[in-house]
Parts: sequence; C-alpha cells; structure tokens
Amino acid sequence: MSLLELRGISKIYGDLKALDNINLSVENGEWTAIMGPSGSGKSTMMNIIGCMDKPTMGEVLLDGVDIAKESAKNLTAIRRDKIGLIFQQFHLVNYLTAVENVMVAQYYHSLPDEKEALEALARVGLADRAKHLPSQLSGGEQQRVCIARALINHPEIILADEPTGNLDEANENIVLDLFRQLHEEHTTLIVVTHDPEVAEVAQRTITLEHGRIKSDEINKMFGRN
Amino acid sequence: MFLRMIRGAFARQWKKMLIIALTIMLGTSLATAMINVMLDVGDKVNQELKTYGANITVLPKSASVMSDLYEVEGSSDDTGSYLLESEIGNIKTIFWAFNIVDFAPFIDTNVTTDGGSETRLVGTWFNHHLDLPTGESLDAGVNSLRSWWDVDNGSWIDEQALEEDERAAMVGAVLAKREGISVGDTIHVKGAEGETELKVQGIFDSGGDEDEQIFAPLDLVQELSGKDGYISSIEVSALTTPDNELAEKAAKDPGSLTIAQYELWYCTAYVSSICYQIQEAITDSVAAPVRQVAESEGAIMDKTELLMVLITILSLIGSALGITNLVTASVMERSNEIGLFKAVGARDGAISGLFLTEILLTGLVGAVAGYFLGFGFAQIIGHTVFSSSIEMKPFVIPIVAILMLAVTLAGSIPAIRMLLRLDPAEVLHGR
Repeated sequence: MSLLELRGISKIYGDLKALDNINLSVENGEWTAIMGPSGSGKSTMMNIIGCMDKPTMGEVLLDGVDIAKESAKNLTAIRRDKIGLIFQQFHLVNYLTAVENVMVAQYYHSLPDEKEALEALARVGLADRAKHLPSQLSGGEQQRVCIARALINHPEIILADEPTGNLDEANENIVLDLFRQLHEEHTTLIVVTHDPEVAEVAQRTITLEHGRIKSDEINKMFGRN
Repeated sequence: MFLRMIRGAFARQWKKMLIIALTIMLGTSLATAMINVMLDVGDKVNQELKTYGANITVLPKSASVMSDLYEVEGSSDDTGSYLLESEIGNIKTIFWAFNIVDFAPFIDTNVTTDGGSETRLVGTWFNHHLDLPTGESLDAGVNSLRSWWDVDNGSWIDEQALEEDERAAMVGAVLAKREGISVGDTIHVKGAEGETELKVQGIFDSGGDEDEQIFAPLDLVQELSGKDGYISSIEVSALTTPDNELAEKAAKDPGSLTIAQYELWYCTAYVSSICYQIQEAITDSVAAPVRQVAESEGAIMDKTELLMVLITILSLIGSALGITNLVTASVMERSNEIGLFKAVGARDGAISGLFLTEILLTGLVGAVAGYFLGFGFAQIIGHTVFSSSIEMKPFVIPIVAILMLAVTLAGSIPAIRMLLRLDPAEVLHGR
C-alpha cells in the first residue's frame, strides 16, 4: 500500500478549479518533486497533503486513512504526528533561539528535549549556532533550522514548499545535500518547487498545469549527480 | 518551553505589552478609586449634609400622635406633654452615640413684646456644655446645629460666657425689622408665668418661620412658661446609613424582623434604628426622621453612587475596548507565528493558553500598578472634594481583581476568536 494516495482530488474556489481530478500515489521513502508555474495548484496540493486544507472532492489516503474526511482536530493531530513542514519563508519564531525553534515542534508534539533538539541541529550542521536568534542567522542557516524542526518528531512525510526559493546557490546545495541524506535514510520527501535544478535531483518529478497533472516522470539521472 | 516562549514574547514585544499594561492600569486605577470613594462617600456626604441641620426630631409621645393625625407641628402647649431635660444626655449613651453629631432641646411659649404684638419665644441650647453620665463632656446646641443661620448683626449667644443673671436673646430678622429691634436693645417680654427683660445679642436670618421668633437660653424660657426641667422637643443631627429594604421594613414595625434581621438593623446606623434607640433612651418619646432631610440625603447618596458606578463601568468598558484593539493587533502581527504553531500541530487550546497567559501576566502587572495609582486618585478625590482622606478597604482588592480579570478576558475574546479562526495554510504560504 502506498504511503500517500490521492484519488480524484479536486479543489474548487468559486469558479476556479485549483486542482482538477488529481490522482497520485507516493511510496514510502520516495523523493518526489512537484513542479509547475504559479497558479498551477502546487501550493493547494501541498496544503491538502499537509492536512491544512481539505479537497472539495476526492480522497486523500495517508497510511490508509482518508484525511479528507477527518475533523479539524484530527487533522491537527495527523499533522503533528506524521508530517514535517519546510517553508520557503522559514517561519521561525523570531524571539526564540535556533534550538528553541526546534523545541517548539517537540513541545506541541510531546515533550521538549533540548539534547535531542541540539542533535537535530548538529545533523544539519548548526550545532554551534543553537543559541542564536533567527535574526543572527543567514537565510541558509534559517532554512536548516526549519529542516531540523521538521525532522525532530520523526514524521512519515517531509513536505517542503520552495525550500531553496530564498537561498543562494551555496545554501541551496547544502539543503539539497540534506535532502539526499534524508532520502538515503528512507524518509519520504515531497518537494514543491519551480526550480528545475531542484526538481531534477529528486527521484520523481510531477508537473502540474492548470490544476492537472501534466507529466509524472521518473528522473533517470537520479542518484548520479 | 512554555515559560521560554512567554519570556521570549515579553522580551520581543515589551512595548506592546507595556501599552496593554498601561490600559489595564488606567482601568484598574479608576475602578479602584471609584469603588473606594463610593464605599467611603456615604460617611463623607453624610457629614457634608449634616451642615443642613437635624435629621431626627424627638417629640413627646402625645405630641407626636397629634402631629401624625393632623400633619402639623406638635405643640406641647396643646397636649400638656413634655420630655425631661435631664434625659437629653441619654442620647449620647445609645449604641450609635458616636454617630450623634449634634442636638438641641426646644421649648417655646407665646410672649407679648413692648409693642403689644404676640410672638413666639423659643428656648434652646446655643452651645451648652453637657457632662454625660459616661464621664464624657460635650458642647451642643443650635450654634452648630443651625449653622446656616445668617447672623450679620451681633453674634451667636455664647452660653458659657454669659453672666449668671445675664438674659440674652437672638431675634429673627423679620420680627426685628417689624419691631425696630437692634443689637444691644433690651426688649421686655411677658409670658404666661412671668415677664423679663432680654438683651438682644444677635439678629439672625434663617430664611424660615424662625425669622419671626425670639430665641433665648432654655432655662429662661422654662422659667417664663413655668415648665422648669421640661422640654417640648429635641432636634438631633446624626450620621446615618442610607435606608434599604430592611431599614424600611424595620421603620414600619421592628417587631416584624427576625432575630438576625433585628440585630443587623440595630447594629447598622439606619436613621430608623437610631430613632428606635433614642426612643429607648428618652422616656415617652417618639423619634422620627425629618423626612425631607432624610430623603434628600438618600437621593444625593443614590445619585452620587450611581455616578461613580457609571464612571467605573465606563472605565472598565474603555479598558476592555483598549485591550480588544491591542490584543487583536498583536494577534494580527503574530499571525505567522500562530499559523506556524498550528502547522506543527499545536491545539487551539494550547495557543489560546499561551496568548491568554501573556495577556493575564501583563494584566496582573497593570492591575497592581493601577491599584496603587487608584489609591492615589482616591486620595486626590477625597482631599479635593471632601477635604479628608479616603480609607482604602482591603476587600476592594479582590473586587478589583475579579473585575479586571473579567475585563481582560472579555477584551481578549475577539482576539482569541480571531486566533482560533486563523487558517495556517493562508498565513504560511497562501491558499
């Protein structure tokens, strides 16, 4: 059984079909890139998979459970337990240090553990920046804190929305290297991007256009670059 | 972690928190000042109102019956009934003795002046020195009880400075004008039981019926009317608590009260309970409130208290609106942070709890500062309006605390509702 399965998903806002009959399966440990121009439905799909929105029609099976039918309270619990989110804008709490930002996710999940949070920061190469505020970190460092926060509760899926959109090339490479590591550890990654370079390092690339899947391709170069 | 988040939030947005604390401080200070003044204003206003004269009249029982039947001033001449002068001091031995501010006995008789006209001669105390059975002593009389009398010509009679055979009198302005009487004149008056010469020490303008009367020391009039040791009435000025349902019920019939109600009524300075106690102290007497004065006092008290309640309510509403605006603005500013918390799985209750804790801690600081500021406001009001300080009652603290807690929570409701409705998908990366 697939980890994630979208069956006939549509999302309609008034006259606008943001998603139109999407069918998609994502296997456990798969690294999937979702591409497409602005307005193609990438963010809408991301929000639905991330349990932050519900489709107008269709089923979204996560671990066999149709999250489209779950209550808001249950969606919060699913988000907390099964999904790690990475944002283009990082969304760090600016009055908390790097380690505290990681601990926020632990706090709302179960119990904060500073040692574990420090280990997560060390994993993304930020052990020495743990006590710094977001304003004292570079964009790349902030994104790595965001990745550490997404990983801290050992989610089943990591959802990344334009994770390199605000980064320079050097930091982009650092982030992509981290994704490679995560993939090697069999973490399921879904990365929304409009950057072909980010998409082509993924195992599979799905291209959206006008709310529909235009293409779904396995990257032949995967693992070689 | 919770404390770290609270501490971080305070450190980051201390200016906004300070403004919220100031808003709560102002609301608390006004509420504290108004509630304390309101609780103390009864005595203060009462004291002010005492300058308008007696609020209790004590009459012999039979004279009181006549008064009730015919709605006229009871006159001892009509009934032949009197009170004993020797019992006047008992007024200061009742349970509420300390609330008796002043009193004066009266006896009157009709006399004929040199001009042949008949007028009323009233005997009373002016500033009579009285030694009480309790060992205390005091001065009582009309000099202070009728302080509104205008004595431009001459002066008040000082009983304690009078020679033993000196017979002084004060003449009402209307009578003095009609009879051509001036200060220093000697007038000859003839009563039922004798006649005497009176030296006019002052001419007063009371604005009432007294302006056609002559006032002289009590013993002199008793002698002229042949009623030594007797008086026809006593006027008493007492500090009283505004009537409530219990007082009204007791005033009709104290016997209808339960033991607990009776004790509460007896031990509260209602005008009816003071009257009741005076009746117990003076043989065959009926003490009754002077209705106009008592009602005026009640009306002024009610209006003053209503005004203060309204100011308190308005200040609390103002605070609540201020809190609403500030907290809502804070939630809007922090929508990304709230969205993030929701995205990482925070329950609504946990986020609301975080914000409410921040607001309540800020409110606590504001409320404590506001209480002390209110203490200052109350003193300013006390000294400016009543020329005395306002007593700060400890039980006001929990009242103000509950009010401010309610106002802070009520003011936060719109912001919390907004927070709960906030969609993480919308604020974090657009729908």
